Amino acid sequence: MKRRHLPAVVAVAALALAACGSGDSATGEAPLDPSKLTIYSAQHANLVDAWVKGFTADTGIQVQVRQGKDSSMGNQLVAEGDKTQADVFLTENSPAMTVVQNAGLLSPVEQSTLDQVSQQYRPSSGEWVGIAARSTVLIYNPSKISEADLPASMLDLADPKWKGKWGAAPSGADFQAIVSGVLQAEGADRTETWLKGLKENAKVYQNNIATMKAVNAGEVPMGIMYHYYWYRDQALTKEGSANTKLHYFKGEDVGAFVSVSAGGVLKASTKQADAQKFLAWVTSAKGQEALVSSKSMEYAVGDGVASDPALPPLDSLQAPSIDPFTLDGPEVIKLMTAAGIL
Amino acid sequence: MTSTSTLSRRGTGGIGPVAISAVVVAGICVLPLLVILATATESGLGVAAQQVFRPRVGELLGNTVSLVLVTTTACVVVGVGAAWLVERTELPAARWWRLALVAPLAVPAFVNAYAWVSLRPSLTGLGGAALITTLSYTPFVFLPVAALLRGLDSRWEDSARSLGLGAWGTFAKIVLPQVRPALLGGALLVALHLLAEFGVLAMLRFPTFTTAILDQYEAAFDTTAGSVLATVLMVLTALVLTGERFARGRVSLARIGSGVRVQPQRVPLGRWAGPAIVGLTTWVLLSLGVPLYAVGHWLGAGGTPILSPALLGALSSTVGLALTAGVLTTVAAFPVALLLHRRRTLLTESIERITYFASSLPGVVVALALVTVAIRWIGPLYQTPFLLVIAYAILFIPRAMVSIRAALAQAPGGLLEAARSLGDSPWRATRRVLLPLIAPGLLSGFAMVFLATCVELTATLLLAPTGTTTLATGFWAASDSLDYGVAAPYALMMILVSAPLTWLLLSNSTKDTR
Repeated sequence: MKRRHLPAVVAVAALALAACGSGDSATGEAPLDPSKLTIYSAQHANLVDAWVKGFTADTGIQVQVRQGKDSSMGNQLVAEGDKTQADVFLTENSPAMTVVQNAGLLSPVEQSTLDQVSQQYRPSSGEWVGIAARSTVLIYNPSKISEADLPASMLDLADPKWKGKWGAAPSGADFQAIVSGVLQAEGADRTETWLKGLKENAKVYQNNIATMKAVNAGEVPMGIMYHYYWYRDQALTKEGSANTKLHYFKGEDVGAFVSVSAGGVLKASTKQADAQKFLAWVTSAKGQEALVSSKSMEYAVGDGVASDPALPPLDSLQAPSIDPFTLDGPEVIKLMTAAGIL
Repeated sequence: MTSTSTLSRRGTGGIGPVAISAVVVAGICVLPLLVILATATESGLGVAAQQVFRPRVGELLGNTVSLVLVTTTACVVVGVGAAWLVERTELPAARWWRLALVAPLAVPAFVNAYAWVSLRPSLTGLGGAALITTLSYTPFVFLPVAALLRGLDSRWEDSARSLGLGAWGTFAKIVLPQVRPALLGGALLVALHLLAEFGVLAMLRFPTFTTAILDQYEAAFDTTAGSVLATVLMVLTALVLTGERFARGRVSLARIGSGVRVQPQRVPLGRWAGPAIVGLTTWVLLSLGVPLYAVGHWLGAGGTPILSPALLGALSSTVGLALTAGVLTTVAAFPVALLLHRRRTLLTESIERITYFASSLPGVVVALALVTVAIRWIGPLYQTPFLLVIAYAILFIPRAMVSIRAALAQAPGGLLEAARSLGDSPWRATRRVLLPLIAPGLLSGFAMVFLATCVELTATLLLAPTGTTTLATGFWAASDSLDYGVAAPYALMMILVSAPLTWLLLSNSTKDTR
């Protein structure tokens, strides 16, 4: 090593040290503060922020949030078991919560909280509660396919006729929740056949937004995704959705599946009362109105709370009736792996 | 060399602390390999075989292999061609071309992919993946080949020409065999990077083993299915390494003895000057111009302030992790380098091979193994920065080793010997004499690891504690939702961080020939 490199190296190291000094901690995130209510959240950050702010303003209880993703966070909670620092878990889709529930890690949700939410958006077990809902939609580009030509059922998309005509993001928890709805409604054999069709026909995107933008750009005529990405983009710049429309399958088709976002209290939490209070607040009229005004465009599930006026009412979607507790995430992964999608 | 060997013999009477630390480091490096094999086969070989021999694996294998073949070939052709133009022809402003052809190293490949996809969303599949990876990885071939061409003794070429061989014949029969080691080394680096690549391929929707392993992990947290895929990936890595060893063969065109090296004549380009300059300009525009333009464009269009609190948070996490990883890796590399420097025995040979192979494994394999270890056996480590730093150390230890070994080779051994004979203990002599001597090597090793850590994506995605965002993962989260404006400041930061590394590499390679 020649000496003339030394200045460069020293400069880099000094720069690094200077930059480090400006941060608070040398190892990334500051450790969790045990005095605060800790929420493990896989929900969208802006929505959780709105809830946390409203909750703290009303109750004075301090809250900290760890942000993650459905599947990995659910499994993280299982791995942490009774040593977890989490008091509350919030998901985007219910299968991740079911994983935690099946490991016996949840405390039952207070009846008064459950009563704030319509029956179809909470599991029969009462171990967790719905906090929001999202609907499956078919997004399409009218310049590539006319509304009259759209398939009648989401299951039809497995037909060879639709090869290369639709996109989806099967590696994400959102789409996997939709598949779990198919599994619940149609059984393993038909799900397997449908997944094989998906493997043949679908263009694979990394997530809902990429699917939406691909349809918008005319790369692919149709896509399966959740409704709220489209409404959010429409409410903002329409940059990713101006050339597209949504189609709702309705008629209790599996393509009308409504996925429930879940909230639960960890059994291992030492702040049971505060954690229950948080769920009670989120599902209360105030909490659900906070969801609506956060413009997350997800559906409110609280009794008597209207969702954003831009959305078609949740009860007009004619969703198939599925107890969200029976959704089997691990089985879905097995089927999707067997079909060669994962 | 004789002086160092006298020092060594006394320094290593039996198994000392150096040897023990080196064995421990090698053991940690080899851990991922063992864990992956054990996890993949835990349900029995039959089940593992079932998971390997299915259509999806065949598809991934086809994708991975074709990408490696196409991109490596393209990188070799472009890299060697450009190196020859820059070093052996009368190309105007050769110095600047050299800089411009190495500079793409400062743009992490996944940032390059982001730039291209944000401007041309239809760029997908093998074609797109091969284009982006070739643009990003060609410097791996260009850099060593150019360095070697610059230092070649042109006497053989002169003899060949005087014996009637044409310009092309001379290039093929005389020059190419001599640059073969550098060319193969560069090609090996390209192939290993391709096997490990995640960001580019996820963005261009071209699934390979690495992307499939991450999908499995994301979806199911399933380390068994992931481990089976990772095993296939390890086999591919081993094949690439062996392939390179075979291809390298035994080249013996070295000059023996002293004598004056003849500086090669530069070939006049004549009417080829125009096409050569146009070709190189196009290449630089595609590999450097496009990403810089795109990042600038999105910085302007994004409307978000460049130094947002989120970015500063990511920057401080990244720097914190990179500092820790840099120090830890350099400290871990030191005993191994010292042991390898002192004597060649079966033990040191195996340690060298082991750390080399383990560090050639894709980041996703190492990360998956550490996740498995943490979840199953040492729970408290799961979701800690410690585990992430260990992964960085395993992945980047060769970068520190190279620098330290170079420094050790240049350190005069007699001084240490003198300190020992004056009564210093081995530790005191090392501290007072050896460490100051090799300090620049240690620092440069540290810097290499620091900079590599700053732009590491794959292992960080798997191992970063929830809530910790680095520059790479912050960039990834934004570009994954196609928020190009939000991603741009992260891209800029990573380019700024990588620039010194590029400069370091370039000046290292120009120095070698002086």
